[in-house]
Amino acid sequence: MFSAVPDSEPKPKLLYCRCAYAQVVPQAVKDGVLAKLCESGASFESVADLCEMAAHRDERLKAFAAGTPLRIAACYPRVVRGLFLQCGSPLPEEGAEVLNMRAQTAEEVAAGMLKEE
Amino acid sequence: MITHTHRPMRVVLYEGAGAIALSAEARAQLMATLLDKGYAVTRAGNGNGVSGAFPHDDRSLLVLGSFAGGPPMLEDATGKTHIEARDITGLGAEAVLALVEKTRGERPMNQPGTWKPWFPVIDYARCTNCMQCLSFCLFDVYGVSQEGKIQVQNNDNCKTNCPACSRVCPEVAIMFPKYSSAPINGDVVNTDDLRREKMKVDITSLLGGDIYASLKDRSAQAKSRFSKERSPDKALEERKKCLTKMAADGFIPAEVLASLPSPDEILRKAEEAKARALAAGMAE
Repeated sequence: MFSAVPDSEPKPKLLYCRCAYAQVVPQAVKDGVLAKLCESGASFESVADLCEMAAHRDERLKAFAAGTPLRIAACYPRVVRGLFLQCGSPLPEEGAEVLNMRAQTAEEVAAGMLKEE
Repeated sequence: MITHTHRPMRVVLYEGAGAIALSAEARAQLMATLLDKGYAVTRAGNGNGVSGAFPHDDRSLLVLGSFAGGPPMLEDATGKTHIEARDITGLGAEAVLALVEKTRGERPMNQPGTWKPWFPVIDYARCTNCMQCLSFCLFDVYGVSQEGKIQVQNNDNCKTNCPACSRVCPEVAIMFPKYSSAPINGDVVNTDDLRREKMKVDITSLLGGDIYASLKDRSAQAKSRFSKERSPDKALEERKKCLTKMAADGFIPAEVLASLPSPDEILRKAEEAKARALAAGMAE
């Protein structure tokens, strides 16, 4: 479990990508991460698929990129950063962390999303 | 087919003050059900925990909650956003989905299962702007910015499950997020990947020089009846052979090959790209 971050520090915003349009993220991992986010009680944002949003230059990507500090549970950081950049909304190097549900375990991703700084 | 219309609404699962929180299991099941149907879902709790809220630009919000006294009447103070609230007390995930679908009505929305987001993503940290991808792609997916920089400009033109351009990129700078294997899927590029990619296909050598040089040689060809080695037509024929081989190796779907544009179209595209790049260079 985590505890509340002091009010003086900006709270990281959490974004979960379901990768619903293609089954390239292991089902058990994305289900496991979602379960742990839901268990945590944290408020968070979730989208069906960041690639689908990027394909039609969804304006909400700009809001996500601007919402730092930010933690994203999705896939390979190289490609996630590329998606945002290609849409004209680059993720800042500092303040945006991408957790990789294709290569990390659900426990690792959830821990990274919910960690205290 | 993808729709480029604005997302019809944003679903908010509200579990803050005035609403009864769902169990963690029910929450996860509900969110997974909505996400798998293509909805974006905001989980809003009591404000504790590590997360803050994102700003939103949605025109329509659907607020779901287990409201003890029935759904509240909500109105956006700015008047920009239409807000509706629904009580989901006692409803399972599928019943909530039905409620959400009914609220959406006929408004169009992309949904999983009907289309795959398939397009290249350029890793500009690796890209050297060599334009081989632009020369190679047959479907105008790539273009050149006003600054002369390679860009993905028409991702709807990309052929689903065809990652051929990424295979010919000498710097392994082209990724397809929905591809299964590294490094095309965006995984970290290692030295073995680089060596392997460079062993595959060198488009420049296929064309007997870069494509622009080939185009210049068209006029030279007119002057020399024996300049077969520099013939753009021959180069294009070799290029097609290369594609056929890649298809035989399972790299390119057969239907992609079946819809190849004519050599004239390819040359026209390259000439247009060159003109744009030159114009951009002169403007600087």
